[in-house]
Amino acid sequence: MAGKPKLHYTKGRGKMESIRWLLAAAGVEFEEEFIETKEDLEKLRNDGSLLFQQVPMVEIDGMKMVQTRAILSYIAAKYNLYGKDLKERAWIDMYVEGTTDLMGMIMYLPFQPADTKEKNLALIIERVTTRYFPVYEKALKDHGHDYLVGNKLSWADIHLLEAILMAEECKPDILSAFPLLQAFKGRTSNIPTIKKFLQPGSQRKPPADEKFVAVVRKIF
Amino acid sequence: MSGKPKLYYFNARGRMESIRWLLAAAGVEFEECFLETKDDLTKLRKDGSLLFQQVPMVEIDGMKMVQSRAIANYIAMKYNLYGKDLKERALIDMYVEAVIDLNELLVTHPFQPADKKEQHFATIVDKATNRYFPVYEKVLKDHGQDFLVGNRFSRADVQLLETLLMAEECKPDILAKFPLLQSFKARISNIPTIKKFLQPGSQRKPPLQEKDVPKLMKIFH
Repeated sequence: MAGKPKLHYTKGRGKMESIRWLLAAAGVEFEEEFIETKEDLEKLRNDGSLLFQQVPMVEIDGMKMVQTRAILSYIAAKYNLYGKDLKERAWIDMYVEGTTDLMGMIMYLPFQPADTKEKNLALIIERVTTRYFPVYEKALKDHGHDYLVGNKLSWADIHLLEAILMAEECKPDILSAFPLLQAFKGRTSNIPTIKKFLQPGSQRKPPADEKFVAVVRKIF
Repeated sequence: MSGKPKLYYFNARGRMESIRWLLAAAGVEFEECFLETKDDLTKLRKDGSLLFQQVPMVEIDGMKMVQSRAIANYIAMKYNLYGKDLKERALIDMYVEAVIDLNELLVTHPFQPADKKEQHFATIVDKATNRYFPVYEKVLKDHGQDFLVGNRFSRADVQLLETLLMAEECKPDILAKFPLLQSFKARISNIPTIKKFLQPGSQRKPPLQEKDVPKLMKIFH
């Protein structure tokens, strides 16, 4: 039964947010079922819906897909956001793994003990500005194209935009030394499907706040 | 300049081992350049060889590839170990990602502080025998085929075997309740390229000894 993909997760960003971004960018409408209590998670587990007892889980094309990267790869390939050949895919994979590492650091920040937050934030900012952003700035500079790989919108661009916006939430002027990333951000944000996703009322989720952290700790 | 892929990493399993397995399973000869000191790592970084300043790095087909998943994906695709279509790929990805999660627990075990080791070990055994192994046992039971996906040898089989063997190193009878995984293990181990890789003298790396941990930590700090 074909229908809209259905996302199973908590009502927050976490590991599902990149999937929401990718579907939205591809112009794919999706439904969401939110896990609000531990019982909700147990029910999914007892139903046999979660292959490894974990979420994210996405019902798509007759499958109950789990494992974030598996889901993202499937969506990217299905909607032609994964490059035209093996080499382009290799570059997209490398770039996406970099932005995954970057976003992973930021994602866990609200869950760190309060006394380590400041130090962790400083480390994140350092890594972002010296290890990650320079790579993407250089990639754009070297080929002078609008998109990271193959002169065409791909998963790598969508993931990078998501990472940029997340990093700016950490430090609003974090792009100050990266003019091409600033232009990239402006340009990519204006793609109609993405522009729509960035508007209030979309299925994009807000950053985790203390209340959300408490809910997540209770469920998991 | 040989055409063989060249692997840059420590003389240890870590995040490079799955790549060694995959290349070996595909029958691809490869060379290795071992990082032994912090200076070796610094030199690679200064050369501009490491996109995100990290290893693993593999020189392959004119690229200096980094990020173990990206590298493994490329090798799997290139050597037809990634299924025949999108849906098979989806299954392979799901199975492989979970194996990577379990691997992560196994690989980080030597680095646990002494007072956390026992609990970490218990977590490994619990997750392996309650969360992961039952899934693969059921997959094999449900279709009754020799390989996990598409009745054909794929990356999922290679990486599962790797992890089964590592889990047994942790606890030798860990497969006691999983007869189909036991026969899977024997069967996949007998595939000629893999059998060769499992023999002494191959490029497969031994488990990390506790005495090697300080040396490795020094390279990073």
